[in-house]
Amino acid sequence: MSALHSIKTQLKSFLTEIGELSLFTGRYFREAFKRPFEFKELLRQCYNMGNRSLLLVVITGFIIGLVLTLQTRPTLMEFGAVSWMPSMVSISIVREIGPIITALVCAGRIGSGIGAELGSMRVTEQIDAMEVSGTNPFKYLVVTRVLAVTLMLPLLVIIGDAIAIFGSFLVENIKGNVSFMLYFSQVFDALEFGDVIPATIKSFFFGLAIGIVGCFKGFYCEKGTEGVGKAANSAVVFTSLLLFIIDFIAVFVTDIFYDL
Amino acid sequence: MIEHNNISNREIVLELKNLHKHFGKNNVLNGFNMQLFKGENLVIMGKSGSGKSVMIKCLVGLLEADSGTITVMHNDITKLDQEALDILRADIGFLFQGSALYDSMTVRENLEFPLRRHTKKFGEHIDTETLVVEALENVGLASAIDLMPSELSGGMKRRVALARTLILQPKIILYDEPTSGLDPITAKEIIILMQDIQKKYGTSSLIITHDVDCARAISDRMILLIDGIDYAVGTYAELSVSKDPKIKAFFKH
Repeated sequence: MSALHSIKTQLKSFLTEIGELSLFTGRYFREAFKRPFEFKELLRQCYNMGNRSLLLVVITGFIIGLVLTLQTRPTLMEFGAVSWMPSMVSISIVREIGPIITALVCAGRIGSGIGAELGSMRVTEQIDAMEVSGTNPFKYLVVTRVLAVTLMLPLLVIIGDAIAIFGSFLVENIKGNVSFMLYFSQVFDALEFGDVIPATIKSFFFGLAIGIVGCFKGFYCEKGTEGVGKAANSAVVFTSLLLFIIDFIAVFVTDIFYDL
Repeated sequence: MIEHNNISNREIVLELKNLHKHFGKNNVLNGFNMQLFKGENLVIMGKSGSGKSVMIKCLVGLLEADSGTITVMHNDITKLDQEALDILRADIGFLFQGSALYDSMTVRENLEFPLRRHTKKFGEHIDTETLVVEALENVGLASAIDLMPSELSGGMKRRVALARTLILQPKIILYDEPTSGLDPITAKEIIILMQDIQKKYGTSSLIITHDVDCARAISDRMILLIDGIDYAVGTYAELSVSKDPKIKAFFKH
């Protein structure tokens, strides 16, 4: 009975959280289109999030490109298909690996940061102080942050993809003496708009998920400083899970369009 | 009692009637009543967890009361829309217990922040710099204008928070535990500052505290919040000699 009760309680708590998150998302869309717009804060958040995550995305992308090429090369050589390397690497990076890896890195870097920052503001009454001063804290803190991540993530994904493909080229250049022109002409021959556009649209949704979950966890943070840690941690865990669900849906929808 | 009659002839700027608020099964406020008169310093004392902070948050609309009326300068705040409430909030200053300074902003930006939504009160051509400097001079911290909150001591943070409260030139100031967490000397300085501000601007003040020294120094009148109600009302002199054991417990040192 106790195990069943525990499962029921956890399920109820999970569904309640999903419901609250949906209401929070709905409020975000309502507030995002209402005046006054906080352009200055939005630009500041875009700069902070883009700038602070750039190095991490570049390093991750570069390593992913290197590793993917190094791991795949022997198998392709076995089948005499090493000339397919630029096409294979670029398509897999642009369609799938680039967006999901960049989003996961940003969930850790940006999502946890937002959760901790807003959580800390909640427990130290800074959000209440904002409201008392006549400023809508949801608009000033949440809308600007969610919008900033939604706009910045596709840019970071494009940069990450480019760096990853460059990493792959370096391996091919060193190991197979492939020239820059040859490698990238094959990359651009292989890539189509049908690869880039769905991945970019998917990245917007990844950004939205990172921003919404981070802000939701931080904005409703409870239980003092312990709650701040929990908000940051659960923001990353919940976002990571959500990213894979969004990715699955995006791939499923894209696949339907490919079949048409 | 003569003093009471004099006060009761004055204008009421803030009134709570039969305020109820509960969290789950815990009834925090059970019909709390209160009146704050113009220019008065009213102290509300209660034990930790007695609902003082809940009451003060209901007053500014940060929490929604279950029932009862909250009238601030002839406006029932429970019936105001968000825009009207925000306009009214410009006339209510709130000093938070932990100062609540925005830690990603400098002292100057902290003080400028409340002004951005209240340009109507000061006119479109608002001289922000003069207002910020004047507010900081009032609390003796003009030199800290470009510092970050993390560079300030606890007492300095409380002063800057007070300056931020003053910048909108409120008619009512709500103080939530203004001396908690401060050493006795700094606490005394804050009390003197509160008295100076009251004299200079003629504000009405509602002070939530469990610091008896603070209550003695600053109160014109006191309300003891016990069991969620206004258990006792009177001056410090009257309440401190009460024989009621619940009231006596507050004044034991």
